[in-house]
Amino acid sequence: MRAPSGTGPEVAVGDVLLSVENVSLSFGGVKAVNDVSFDIRKGEIRAIIGPNGAGKTSMLNVINGFYHPQQGRITFKGETRPQMRPYEAAHGGIARTFQNVALFRGMTVLDNIMAGRTLKMHASFFWQLLHFGPAMNEEVEHRHFVEEIIEFLKIQEIRRTPVGRLPYGMQKRVELGRALAMEPELLLLDEPMAGMNLEEKEDMSRFVLDVNDHYGTTIALIEHDMGVVMDLSDRVVVLDHGIKIADGTPDDVKKNQAVIDAYLGVAH
Amino acid sequence: MAQTAAASADTFPKLLIRNANIYGSRPGMRHKDYGIWQTWTWAQMLEVVRAYAVGLQQLGLKRGETIAIVGGNRPKLYWSVMAAQMLGAIPVPVYADAVADELAFVLAHADVRYAAVEDQEQVDKITSVLDRLPRLERMLYDEKRGLRDYDHGNLRAMDDVIAEGRKSLASDPSVGAMLDAEIAAGKGSDPSIILYTSGTTGRSKGVVLTGERSIAAATDTVTFDKLTVDDVALAYLPLAWVGDHYLNYAQGLVSGFCMACPENADTAMADLREIGPTFFFAPPRTMEVLLTRVMIRMEDAGVLKRKMFHYFIGVARQYGEKILNGEPVPLGGRLLYWLGNILVYGPLKNVLGFSRVRVAYTAGEAVGPELFAFYRSIGLNLKQLYGQTEAFLYLTAQPDGEIYSDTVGRACPNVDIRIAEDGEVQFKSPGMFAGYFKDKEKTAEAMTADGYVKTGDAGFFDEKTGHLKIIDRSRDVGRLNDGTLFPPKYIENKLKFFPNIREAVAYGDKRDFVAVMLNIDLTAVGSWAERNNVVYASYQELAGHPLVYDMIEKHVAEVNRSLAADKLTAGAQIKRFLILHKELDADDGELTRTQKVRRGFIAERYAPLIKALYDGSSEADISTEVTFEDGRKGTISARVKIRDMLTEPAPGALEKAA
Repeated sequence: MRAPSGTGPEVAVGDVLLSVENVSLSFGGVKAVNDVSFDIRKGEIRAIIGPNGAGKTSMLNVINGFYHPQQGRITFKGETRPQMRPYEAAHGGIARTFQNVALFRGMTVLDNIMAGRTLKMHASFFWQLLHFGPAMNEEVEHRHFVEEIIEFLKIQEIRRTPVGRLPYGMQKRVELGRALAMEPELLLLDEPMAGMNLEEKEDMSRFVLDVNDHYGTTIALIEHDMGVVMDLSDRVVVLDHGIKIADGTPDDVKKNQAVIDAYLGVAH
Repeated sequence: MAQTAAASADTFPKLLIRNANIYGSRPGMRHKDYGIWQTWTWAQMLEVVRAYAVGLQQLGLKRGETIAIVGGNRPKLYWSVMAAQMLGAIPVPVYADAVADELAFVLAHADVRYAAVEDQEQVDKITSVLDRLPRLERMLYDEKRGLRDYDHGNLRAMDDVIAEGRKSLASDPSVGAMLDAEIAAGKGSDPSIILYTSGTTGRSKGVVLTGERSIAAATDTVTFDKLTVDDVALAYLPLAWVGDHYLNYAQGLVSGFCMACPENADTAMADLREIGPTFFFAPPRTMEVLLTRVMIRMEDAGVLKRKMFHYFIGVARQYGEKILNGEPVPLGGRLLYWLGNILVYGPLKNVLGFSRVRVAYTAGEAVGPELFAFYRSIGLNLKQLYGQTEAFLYLTAQPDGEIYSDTVGRACPNVDIRIAEDGEVQFKSPGMFAGYFKDKEKTAEAMTADGYVKTGDAGFFDEKTGHLKIIDRSRDVGRLNDGTLFPPKYIENKLKFFPNIREAVAYGDKRDFVAVMLNIDLTAVGSWAERNNVVYASYQELAGHPLVYDMIEKHVAEVNRSLAADKLTAGAQIKRFLILHKELDADDGELTRTQKVRRGFIAERYAPLIKALYDGSSEADISTEVTFEDGRKGTISARVKIRDMLTEPAPGALEKAA
């Protein structure tokens, strides 16, 4: 596997890859995120959990630059940016999947994942139009990378199927493929298992672990299924009403009284 | 050419060398990987296999030892077979979908020290039963994924083994010479491979086959079907099954044709279309599945297309087989068939991947005559063969132009078949097995005093055609209490021709009447349910739906009509049927790994249902244990309904009434 090709200095495994410091975000009078700080270390699987409306998705949107926090700082690979635009985040090596599948429904699986490589394409628009010379060589190279992902996610049999015709669980998998095509350093997964049955969840969990293991990708995920979160993640941060109420290993979080009160109700 | 091959090479590695010499630049194997067909010529294959063999030798694999091969149809697994054979070691292929328990049995019984496996799944499976395999020392794997963090103390990647072998070969000329000596030391009478039978009854047995006999058998059929280096076959059937080893591996090495490995099991049918094989084999079940898929798609097609399809299929049914057999057909019929070929049969064969097929075989179990006729009528040269693992597959095959749906053809060249007094088919053949591995007793049981092998099948030679007809497993054919002949397979096959019926199990031996248990086909019935606004959440719910019962009842009635048409079988009409609440599954032991019904086992497992079928009750409760893929167990319980059927009057009875 080639090394992630994001810009900026290399971060060693175990060091802080991204840190969020005292971030607050409000929409009018509603405080979606209130003075939250946590960090994500290189190579870990970090879960963000919390009840509905806790500000989890807002937090992800802040991380990948879709929202700009009114207060606080985000440091990614040692660079602090008060304001980062989504394309900058993408160039920097942050990819994400969405709570609601965001794919081109009329395009095939292959084309959707190829679309994820767009950022890595360097041939000029002119050559791409001609589909010849450098553009052609580049496409062959990218296609090879995409095929590796297709094999990795075991979706060979639907390579040529339009995404719209696939069942939901498969679409989620394709979306993961699309995000992987960017060779991200940090992968944000917004409820990757929402609406899946047990078997699909098990498959997806396997893939998340495999991505982390095989590509060495750091993963931040939001998930409601406590079993999944506790099994997958190395560390968990818990939000409630925009405030961070706990942060630690799954075992620590499970025992934390504030978390039990606010969210879990009774320990599962 | 093929004959000279048999004379000069008596082991598969020697054949590989011959192929590399005379067909060096011709493709020997293809595999779809990363979405592209990767190709190895015979010369390249020899180079890889030699390197692999040296690598294995350095790991300690020795002549006469066994090595398990576990996984799907992947080039490296076939090369594992070849490399082991080069060293005189004996490969033991195991079904990739075998559950851990079956795997443990075979690996322990075969005394394997090494296992060449496909991926993490197989490594995990073997690891879980390691305590039952004290002799197993090392596993080699093909697919690296997920295995990075495993303890590599006794785990190696095949790629690394090959690379090390290659390095040794390059750096030290004596290594190559030593390997050549090993290959030359291989004798045709040495065991070449051990294939475990699927075990319709009881534990599977290890069938030992030798190189020279295997090659002799394959040479005969390669000549029979005129297979050449220009042919292409798709290797998509289980590697551990005798059919794959024979049809693809042995015939490929003998004739030099190209064997293509699909991307994975799910893409096999799409890959079939891309590769366009010229030689094709499919068990009746696969042919059924393909037909079912076509029929479902036609139901969803527009009115015009649907009408056209059914009209021309009608034309094909009338003239197609006659044209294929070279019988006289009126000019109008020929013209219509020609038109149908342009509009329907050609495109249909293309969709199925049969456009280039020159010879297609089906075997494994009796094929439904309607199913068989369908494929032949659209111009596919589908033929039947009959054989078994102990014979290294072929015993009989239908020669071109002599095709009858109810026979399995003439004895193959050099095969000697006789019918014993009790109707059992017995044979002597070039590919005959050397014995069951570590089981002298069973070997002796399977042989007659004068050296013939007992097949356990009942059959006879048809007087008109001289072809062999197989009635059933000889112990399966029974009689009803009133003495009527009861051939279960025959009835089951009639039922299974309906796309909606996936599996059927018939009972009637020593009973008053025939009763059947059915599995519906979830794809076909599911599509029907969608079109008819039938709501269901699971197989179980759909199977118990009254409308589904109504539909299946019509099918059963039709089968009864066709049974009634023949005096012999008129008494064996189905009086009662039920639809099972779960699909029969090999993981639960209800089917063999080759998807054959294990009737006796099912009768035990569903005893309450059988009882209800015969005591007249209209429903019965059943609770069964199911095994999940990872070996966990659960239970399913259900109340299953039973329907009574009216039977048709037999033709004889009708005459009397008139």
